[in-house]
Amino acid sequence: MSEKITGAQALIRALEKEKVDTIFGLPGGCILPAYDPLLSSPIRHILVRHEQGAGHMAEGYAHVTGRPGVAMVTSGPAATNMVTPLCDAYMDSIPMVCITGQVSTTAIGTDAFQECDTVGITRSVTKHNELIMSPDEIPLMVRQAFHIATTGRPGPVLLDLPKDVLQNSMTWHWPTDEEVVESLPGYKPTMKGHPRMIKEAARLILEAKQPVLYVGGGVLKARAAEALLELAEMVDAPVVTTLMARGAIPDDHPLCIGMPGMHGNATAVTAMQKSDLLVTLGARFDDRITGKVDAFAPDAKIIHVDIDPAEQGKVRRPDVPIVGDCRLVIEEIVKALKDMLQGGAVKPDISAWKSRVSGWQEQFPLHYAAAEPGDALKPQYCLEQLRDNSPEGTILCSGVGQHQMWSSQYWNFKEPYTWVNSGGLGTMGFSIPAAIGAKVGRPDRTVWAVDGDGCFQMTAQELVTASVERIPIKVAVLNNSYLGMVRQWQEMFYEERYSEVYLSPEVPDFVKWAEAMGCVGIRVESPEEVQPAIEKANSIDDRSVVVEFRVDASEKVFPMIPAGQSNDDILLHPDQCSVREYLR
Amino acid sequence: MSITPTALSNQPAHHILSVLVQNRPGVLARVAGLFARRGYNIFSLAVAPTEDPDLSRITIVVDVESAPLEQIVKQLFKLVDVVKISELDPRRSVERELMIATVRIAAEERGQVVELTNIFEGKILAVGVEAITVSLEGSPEKLDDFEELLRGYGIVELQRTGRVALPKLDKEARLRAVRGKAS
Repeated sequence: MSEKITGAQALIRALEKEKVDTIFGLPGGCILPAYDPLLSSPIRHILVRHEQGAGHMAEGYAHVTGRPGVAMVTSGPAATNMVTPLCDAYMDSIPMVCITGQVSTTAIGTDAFQECDTVGITRSVTKHNELIMSPDEIPLMVRQAFHIATTGRPGPVLLDLPKDVLQNSMTWHWPTDEEVVESLPGYKPTMKGHPRMIKEAARLILEAKQPVLYVGGGVLKARAAEALLELAEMVDAPVVTTLMARGAIPDDHPLCIGMPGMHGNATAVTAMQKSDLLVTLGARFDDRITGKVDAFAPDAKIIHVDIDPAEQGKVRRPDVPIVGDCRLVIEEIVKALKDMLQGGAVKPDISAWKSRVSGWQEQFPLHYAAAEPGDALKPQYCLEQLRDNSPEGTILCSGVGQHQMWSSQYWNFKEPYTWVNSGGLGTMGFSIPAAIGAKVGRPDRTVWAVDGDGCFQMTAQELVTASVERIPIKVAVLNNSYLGMVRQWQEMFYEERYSEVYLSPEVPDFVKWAEAMGCVGIRVESPEEVQPAIEKANSIDDRSVVVEFRVDASEKVFPMIPAGQSNDDILLHPDQCSVREYLR
Repeated sequence: MSITPTALSNQPAHHILSVLVQNRPGVLARVAGLFARRGYNIFSLAVAPTEDPDLSRITIVVDVESAPLEQIVKQLFKLVDVVKISELDPRRSVERELMIATVRIAAEERGQVVELTNIFEGKILAVGVEAITVSLEGSPEKLDDFEELLRGYGIVELQRTGRVALPKLDKEARLRAVRGKAS
């Protein structure tokens, strides 16, 4: 039974075998052979307008489904356009498989048309990449790619396929799971935590008087939300969810105290600072969380659960390092705690700690000064209205900047996998393509992309893709005519010397632009228009909608911890500074 | 990646990483790229296939001050092609290096370099009217000494391989080796 097919046919068949239902891509010279068998494949291909869009769509799809997103583009400039999404996926541990065309093996190294060293260029922004030099290698390489992308700490894997490798024939075979594992002798992710460390973690938890659960994106990657809830309720400790973990525990759960970090709320930041034990679950002590590392949570012991051994001790030395899958480890910790409690151990009384934390919550809610009549719209108000008027289960995507922080702050996340954003890399322009990918992955959900006017202008053309491919998303553009976050830094740290941050109040015309791309465009300039516009947008489901909110450019994101400073020096909203002393 | 000019082998603290990798295209680039990307310094590096043709061994001497070794090892181990990493304690490993040097020297003084080379148990590779090329294999410290002495005559060109290393066999392992079961 040795069936001869082309490399291109083998590639598409291998993708089908990996249960790929959607490819985001754009064809070109070297990848052409792969696009031919695609015509007779059940896989849906979504034709993007820019290769970067294909990458972010694949990420958005992966964010909400947990399945690897697949992008396919040609060689040279297409591959270089893919570098940003690959790096984005690498930083945020998003499972993704990217297929790039390459010039024929005989032309590699000759500076041929649209040739670039794709594996060289993408080496440091992928979990793994391979240049496939023979069509016979395709099935194994594809299986390896999906295996590596989705196991351990997930990440992007790139396969570079020369044109002749796609054209030449091969004998089809599909490697078994064992063959895949055997072919990767250097790849064995640790799943189960060390039993002694797990016991030690449980012991520390039962000793802690001021514990905080510090929850990062790894909890979502490990599908560990249920396990987390059990642990949190058992320990009865406050839980912070980082930007990558929003929704891991519902925001309205009494133990959830929201997002910590540079623009985290004062309670989450301060609870971590004052804690005596940080139960760190799938988080990596990012500089946006810790502020000045030496001053971060100085009295806290650290339990650090992470599937990536290199995260242990990278920033902060843990007292109890546990390498393993968050879900399995959390379940084991819960079991160990139960055993200890049954064995007579006593849960410490942490009620004093909890009342201190809830005191902070009462004193320091998120705050902005409401608009007076005649004032410009407040962006936070727009987001509150969006939150309160969107259907259950809405998926929220965002770009990068002020609007991203306000989205994370003001949304009420009720379930995991409803928040899609670019955390580690901070990629402006992420939201629209990511929202399209999310809508493809979850067509049953309403998907809102919150964008700034700066971000929107980077990737808006993908709304054409959304229109043509009939993927209706909704976009809220918070238009303040500025690169808002940069403006905020220039105002606060550069003595209001605004350098190259003013975009334009007149062009583009976002409504006309939306209409030109096949979307409905709505402009909102006053508070009374906000809710009707959102309701109108939510009622349209046969095409995408862009709502432009003309918002106050002087509005800043608070609280804020200036880069490199201690979390103790958190800057509160000016209205809250008078009660600062309560933050002890 | 930068190469420090001073002889590292005279300093007691250096780290030798013996990295077993899959013998595949691009592996060295991955390893070297990781050092560059994470800001670690390589002092020397030697690569060759092992007894198993599917595997290569990369011996890396790490500039100890450039970064904590633990992070380097963990990051290296994340490379899919890296199969095994051992840190070799210089006191418990055998290290060897090869050096070739051409020294400019008048015919009447050549005897001094020949004598020096013989003392060090090196080899004469080529002799010219006003130059001589010699080689020396040995421990890096021995090579340092030889290089220092040659410098007095005037080194025209010099190349060292960077060290290769394996763990020393302890007594038990030596005896097992006699029975034909090394490691």
